[in-house]
Amino acid sequence: MELTTIQAWAVFFAFLTFALYITIAIRTRVNTTAGFYVAEQGIPPVANGAAIAADWMSAASFISMAGLISFLGFDGAIYLIGWTGGYVLLALLLAPYLRKFGKYTVPDFVGDRYSEAARTVAVVAAVFVSFTYVAGQMRGVGIVFSRFVGVSITAGVIIGMAVVLFYAVIGGMKGITWTQVAQYTVLIVAYLIPAWAIAGTVADIPVPQISFGTIARELDGLQQDFGLNEYTAPFTNRPMQDVFLVALTLMIGTAGLPHIIVRFYTTPSVRAARYSAGWALLFIAILYTTAPAVAVFAKTNLLNDIAGQQYSARPDWVRNWEATGLMVFDDTNNNGVIDSITPDATTTPGEMTVSPDIIVLANPEIAGLPAPVVGLVAAGGLAAALSTASGLLLVIGSAIGHDLYYKRFRPEATEKQRLMAGRLAIAGAVLVAGYFGVRPPGFVGQVVAFAFGLAAASFFPIIVLGIFWKRTNAHGAMAGVITGLSFTALYMWATLYGGMEPWFDISPEGIGTIGAIINFVVTYFVSKATAPPPAEVQALIEEVRHPRLGDAQTIRLPEQEAERVGGPRATN
Amino acid sequence: MAQSGVQKDVRRSEGYWRANVKVQVSLLIVWGIVGLVLAVLLAEPLNNVVIGGFPLGFWIAQQGAIFVFVVLIFIYARRMDRVDEEYDVHEEGLGSARKRVQTSGRKSSSAEGGDR
Repeated sequence: MELTTIQAWAVFFAFLTFALYITIAIRTRVNTTAGFYVAEQGIPPVANGAAIAADWMSAASFISMAGLISFLGFDGAIYLIGWTGGYVLLALLLAPYLRKFGKYTVPDFVGDRYSEAARTVAVVAAVFVSFTYVAGQMRGVGIVFSRFVGVSITAGVIIGMAVVLFYAVIGGMKGITWTQVAQYTVLIVAYLIPAWAIAGTVADIPVPQISFGTIARELDGLQQDFGLNEYTAPFTNRPMQDVFLVALTLMIGTAGLPHIIVRFYTTPSVRAARYSAGWALLFIAILYTTAPAVAVFAKTNLLNDIAGQQYSARPDWVRNWEATGLMVFDDTNNNGVIDSITPDATTTPGEMTVSPDIIVLANPEIAGLPAPVVGLVAAGGLAAALSTASGLLLVIGSAIGHDLYYKRFRPEATEKQRLMAGRLAIAGAVLVAGYFGVRPPGFVGQVVAFAFGLAAASFFPIIVLGIFWKRTNAHGAMAGVITGLSFTALYMWATLYGGMEPWFDISPEGIGTIGAIINFVVTYFVSKATAPPPAEVQALIEEVRHPRLGDAQTIRLPEQEAERVGGPRATN
Repeated sequence: MAQSGVQKDVRRSEGYWRANVKVQVSLLIVWGIVGLVLAVLLAEPLNNVVIGGFPLGFWIAQQGAIFVFVVLIFIYARRMDRVDEEYDVHEEGLGSARKRVQTSGRKSSSAEGGDR
């Protein structure tokens, strides 16, 4: 196989970073369930923050988000504020209490707080959400490999599976966490270098966050010349109430995603859980404040290079991407000129179809950056996809190995058997995820977009109420989840497939907020109408609310508690 | 004696929880105003103001709100450190928080000690 210079650099960086991940895995291998599921609760806040950031920022954030924003303009803010604002909810309303709870999984909390039936529902939901997500990540690995290295998508997925299988199975949560720290470093460097280089070519100040305002206003004029809406004008793609509800749904949904919540179980203390949420959002913000700048630079370059130009005179980078099928020209009026641009010709008519996915990937080429930078972007995309995949696979593995096998069916299992169950569950999950990556089921692409609404309408309300309102009981929570979830799912189905007109222009992506409100209200009234939760559950809530409170005595015996808190760390 | 200790704990625990909720509510109000009111509901009028090359509504929605969210979480963590110490429910042996306990948290913990 003949490699181009770019492919050679991509292979070089991919090989180098994979070697790093595997080295980390070998050095952090674990032999206990506490190490396997919660990394011995010994991850310092800054490292945990980086791990959360890598866990959170998937192939979609790294590859697709800037492209989506560049076609949405102002309204692209739904992703920016939605996916960062959720961390404030998470940090204030969930993270410290779930850390104090201190068990291994999200279903653990739901099960202990409410009932065994609720635990099972939580397991099913966690596995379902995680699988729909992880299939996209494995696909992302395959696509990056096929574009930058020139192997088939299937071969790319298999390489990715082999790497994840190795470090997740031997290292568990501990291996995954430290690998994610490395992956964050790789992905952020790979994102920032081209962004700063491009900012340097188009603006006086090479800091994307500062310089893109002026360019954005130039882009306003450029878009109008080309018959598009002003870039910075709000609500040109979605009405205001929909922007509001979609942003809020993404916020609430983010706070309810199991693979992010479990990361807070790995910190040494409640205090560390609070700070790690701050570090996580800071690390995420570095990419999320750069992305809208990248979107503006790329859209400007794109319009300058091709809009209204003769198709025959198109630049080389367009020819390269046409070969991948991600840019397609259809000269509907046969005048040989590129008259309009669309992200997706099936929904919006336009002569030149530009897949939003290429914005980040093609940016270095459009700006004429050297081959090593393009190769580095490939390694960054792989890091983003692999880190998210491993976090999700751990959730699936722990839901099956811990919540189902140990908690429900084999409570007498030994530590050794439980650890083996966890390893086997993750290995099985990797194989299933790989299969979905090679043969993506049609529903995956759609379901991921709606997973946030479903998470918002189901888990967030009952976990928050479970902590903040002692009176919440199992009947209320079950009734709330069932009504909130079925309302949300039905509305999504009816507007997407049932031909129903959306109410008040609320898109199916934004309905999760309404579902969450229904869930809150139903949980409240049903709990009120039925018996209060038992005394031991009320004691559990009391314990979860205080950073240092084990039982009735420990609040007055700090030295005993210090031993308990310090205990697990001493083994590290 | 033990009875009064337990009652004291209950009172203190309720006070702690109230203080905790107070911190959260004030920060969530800022979160809502910046992330939803300024970034979405008032975006159109704010866009008429241009600062540093940016239409203000656009800047808040795509940059400013994100910075505010980061700062809010760190303020929360800092303020809860203080509340934890004040009500003596802070965790032991976790670095910098410990030092401040010795000075500011002294009074309440010695009062508790007398109880035993």
